[in-house]
Amino acid sequence: MPPIPLLSHPLPDSLVAWRDGQPVSRNAFMAHARALAAQMPEGRRHYLAHCADRYRFAVTLAAGLTSGRTGLLPSTFNATVASQLKAFAEDAFVVTDDPRLATDLPLLMFPDESPAPADDEPIPAIPADHPVAWVFTSGSTGDPVPHRKTWGKLVANVRAERGELGLAADTPFAVLGTVPPQHMYGFETTVLMPLLCGGQLVAERPFFPTEITERLAALPAPRLLVTTPFHLRNLLESGQAVPAADRVVSATAPLDVGLARRAEAAFGCPLLEIYGSTETSQLATRRTLDGPQWRLFPNVCLSQRDDACWASGGHVEAPMPLADVIAIDGPRAFRLCGRNSDLVNVAGKRSSVGYLSAQLLAVEGVRDGAFFMPDTAPADDIGRPAALAVAPGMSARQVLAGLRERIDPVFLPRPLILLDQLPRNATGKLPREVCDRLLSEHREAAP
Amino acid sequence: MTDTPATDALRLEVAEQIVSALNLDVTAQEIEPDAPLYGDGLGLDSIDILEVALVLSKRYGFTLRSDNEDNVRIFASLASLADYVATHRSQ
Repeated sequence: MPPIPLLSHPLPDSLVAWRDGQPVSRNAFMAHARALAAQMPEGRRHYLAHCADRYRFAVTLAAGLTSGRTGLLPSTFNATVASQLKAFAEDAFVVTDDPRLATDLPLLMFPDESPAPADDEPIPAIPADHPVAWVFTSGSTGDPVPHRKTWGKLVANVRAERGELGLAADTPFAVLGTVPPQHMYGFETTVLMPLLCGGQLVAERPFFPTEITERLAALPAPRLLVTTPFHLRNLLESGQAVPAADRVVSATAPLDVGLARRAEAAFGCPLLEIYGSTETSQLATRRTLDGPQWRLFPNVCLSQRDDACWASGGHVEAPMPLADVIAIDGPRAFRLCGRNSDLVNVAGKRSSVGYLSAQLLAVEGVRDGAFFMPDTAPADDIGRPAALAVAPGMSARQVLAGLRERIDPVFLPRPLILLDQLPRNATGKLPREVCDRLLSEHREAAP
Repeated sequence: MTDTPATDALRLEVAEQIVSALNLDVTAQEIEPDAPLYGDGLGLDSIDILEVALVLSKRYGFTLRSDNEDNVRIFASLASLADYVATHRSQ
């Protein structure tokens, strides 16, 4: 496969991004990337783009690609992750826009000053087999599992995504995201898709409802809002007046039909869900209001074997078992029928019971412990896990402080129940009903 | 706009709404006014902040934005959050 250009925007002054309400041209973007690439430390081939600002993240990505480097995309960044990354790639360095970031890894502050662009900054073509990034999932044993993403496959994926979302190939579109650029969904849909399909990304990541509606209203049409069920519900329940959009895109967790209906009415456009995973990238779309059936991306295959459904072909880098129970209805059609119980999904962030339990056991002073997903959660619950632990002489707060250094805080257990010993059965397992009973006793005892 | 310090009653009311919105394991009275809401104190994260903001903004009629640094200050503690409510409430 021949090399593929970094950007698909046809002219030097085609718009690539919006930043603080101002447009950024292809030329200005490439000049910024060229300047950053020149500052990257010689001989270090792996970088971590720790930039909350999506424009800076994209410039860092472009600088890495043009200089033949590979990105590292962990799901969260803390001291434990930094040492894991160093063990994975000892030449790793961090590009950040956060002056307070403390880490052992070498730091390069993102330079906001960019040189005046030349009249026609060249657009480099990137080899299809270039490793763009390693993304990490949380495995089941406590060690992060790396997954390689190559340029040709990522390009195929987001070009297919444009088509599946029903966006015309020749009309530039603007993409506003409430999700971070570092996770696969945000990386693909809010960064790569605009860069590779002639669209415009938006630097800001709006958080509160007013910010989302104002940012969206300020963008030219056609415009997309890329979000999650959690953010969408919060926005619609705020009662804010919502501007028209051309597509609303949701992923990370199943969306209920009622919320989808409200969203389509409010934004006056189709709401499309994306199904995928960090390992496989995005695999399918559906318009929630059209029913439970998903439509697979072109060239991707699903097959059942060994009690799992496997995805392969197309842009999928290597055949991969999926975390969901899947009913295959046709070559490009399937339904989701529940998930494997190990998966933890808190407002769209994913981990596993096995990984979280391993992190709990690694906290100094914890003798035994396990995470579990409560069975009794109400339907609109955002899916917080609970945990049991044996930690003589420690308070729950001390155990939580130890955990906080190791895991993304959204996965901190609510509650953490301290016990003298875990109620393991003869095979060492923790029966579900015992966990749920302990949880309800704990809740009844709480004030 | 000058800051209006929250009364103890408003502080308790805000604490009660935090506890009920988030299903916390503590009572409203147990939330220390000056302890951090984020991180090591009450242990709230950005998901909680959005939920709390939704409940409080509907109850007291104000909107929040994070594009300024105020957000960190507003959600620093129960006391600072209640003061913000006292100053910006319209109902």
